[in-house]
Amino acid sequence: MKSVEILKDIHYIGAVDWDRRNFHGYSLSPKGTTYNAFLIQDEKNTVVDTVDASFAGDLLCKIAHVMPVEKVDYIVVNHVEPDHSGALPRLVAACKPEKIVCSVMGEKAIKEYYDAKDWPLHVVKTGDTLSIGKRTLHFMETRMLHWPDSMMTYIPHDKLLISQDAFGQNYATSERFADEVDQAELARQLSRYYANIVLPYSSVTLKILEEVGKQGWDVQMIAPDHGLLWRGAGVGQVIEAYRNFALQKPANKAVVFFDTMWRSTEMMAHAVAQGLSDAGTPVTVMSLKANHHSDVMTEVFESGAVLVGSATHNNGVLPPVSAMLTYMKGLRPQNKVAAAFGSYGWSGESLKLVTEQLTAMHFDVIEGVRAKNRPTHDQLKACVDLGRKVAEALQAKIASF
Amino acid sequence: MDKYVCNVCGYVYNPAEGDPDNNVAPGTPWEKVPDEWTCPVCGASKDEFSKE
Repeated sequence: MKSVEILKDIHYIGAVDWDRRNFHGYSLSPKGTTYNAFLIQDEKNTVVDTVDASFAGDLLCKIAHVMPVEKVDYIVVNHVEPDHSGALPRLVAACKPEKIVCSVMGEKAIKEYYDAKDWPLHVVKTGDTLSIGKRTLHFMETRMLHWPDSMMTYIPHDKLLISQDAFGQNYATSERFADEVDQAELARQLSRYYANIVLPYSSVTLKILEEVGKQGWDVQMIAPDHGLLWRGAGVGQVIEAYRNFALQKPANKAVVFFDTMWRSTEMMAHAVAQGLSDAGTPVTVMSLKANHHSDVMTEVFESGAVLVGSATHNNGVLPPVSAMLTYMKGLRPQNKVAAAFGSYGWSGESLKLVTEQLTAMHFDVIEGVRAKNRPTHDQLKACVDLGRKVAEALQAKIASF
Repeated sequence: MDKYVCNVCGYVYNPAEGDPDNNVAPGTPWEKVPDEWTCPVCGASKDEFSKE
């Protein structure tokens, strides 16, 4: 694919990774992804961000489509994670840049990832600017959105904010703008990205949104490092979406995830879901054998209630439940109502263990249900009641939020 | 002397080590770390730390 001129003299030179499914080793990207990078033609030709190393040739080819690669003067590294900096060594070798611009933490990370001792690193802080001719680049550090080195670049001349991983989505498309693609899929991928990557840094996100407001930048286009670019009404919409994501207001929606041995815990999961649904809370039931933890996490993020089922196995919980709880804890979801349930054969620790973990995550935990070997009719009724109680607690929480 | 953990990124302030890169000498207890000091990893302010 060729480069795309997204604004006068600003070219998209990123790569579309249609086949990517394993995203960063810990989550799935069912729709593939893109690594977005930009070339600004000015007195100092500037590349902002690069692509995954496996697409370095693609990047160089797209630059060559616009102008000879040797004419690149500056490179801006907004984020050092390898999917955005992986092509740096080849680009640096090809163009021998005058400056490589990065944050204080970016400098450290670049030196740790690459043999960069001879690279002309130029460190910037929030508020620093760099003239490239007609244009001046403005930099803002966004530490922990979502790595310590992260920063954003704003170009007032074009009212363009290159936002690095913020506002991104793993969505491989031939189109480059958010208003050109399926809106439901786009919203889903935006939410999925936030849930699995940005969520633990929600308080930082709110501060950064405030900071962008304080800078008084007139942003007319947001170019994230993954997925589609936002323009027109989409700019305000995606900022508002991020504000809502970061506030984590509970929604009237529940997820029941579980793992089971002889289907007793599965029977309980369906009974719990019935109670939620009866009480007016839509619910998604997810077996951890059938669903990847990043799919479950997206549902957890979008739900106000989380119900976790595990059979007791060797005095503990089943491994997929343990893994899911570890993953969820690290992403620090907030403002949830939660409960545990599960079957057991003789000792029955899983209910207590899961309940402890949900409590440690600061959820509003409702006392759960356990059943020996096969749940009785009354025990399944207790599961339905548990679902109903959780739904009522969630709806009360939403009303008082 | 108590250690303090950054709630944002997990960095641990160890009073024995201080943060010499940012003018906090080794041996400085948490209470004596200046209010304007921020987490050397992620930039979080002091109020975003909790006791380890």
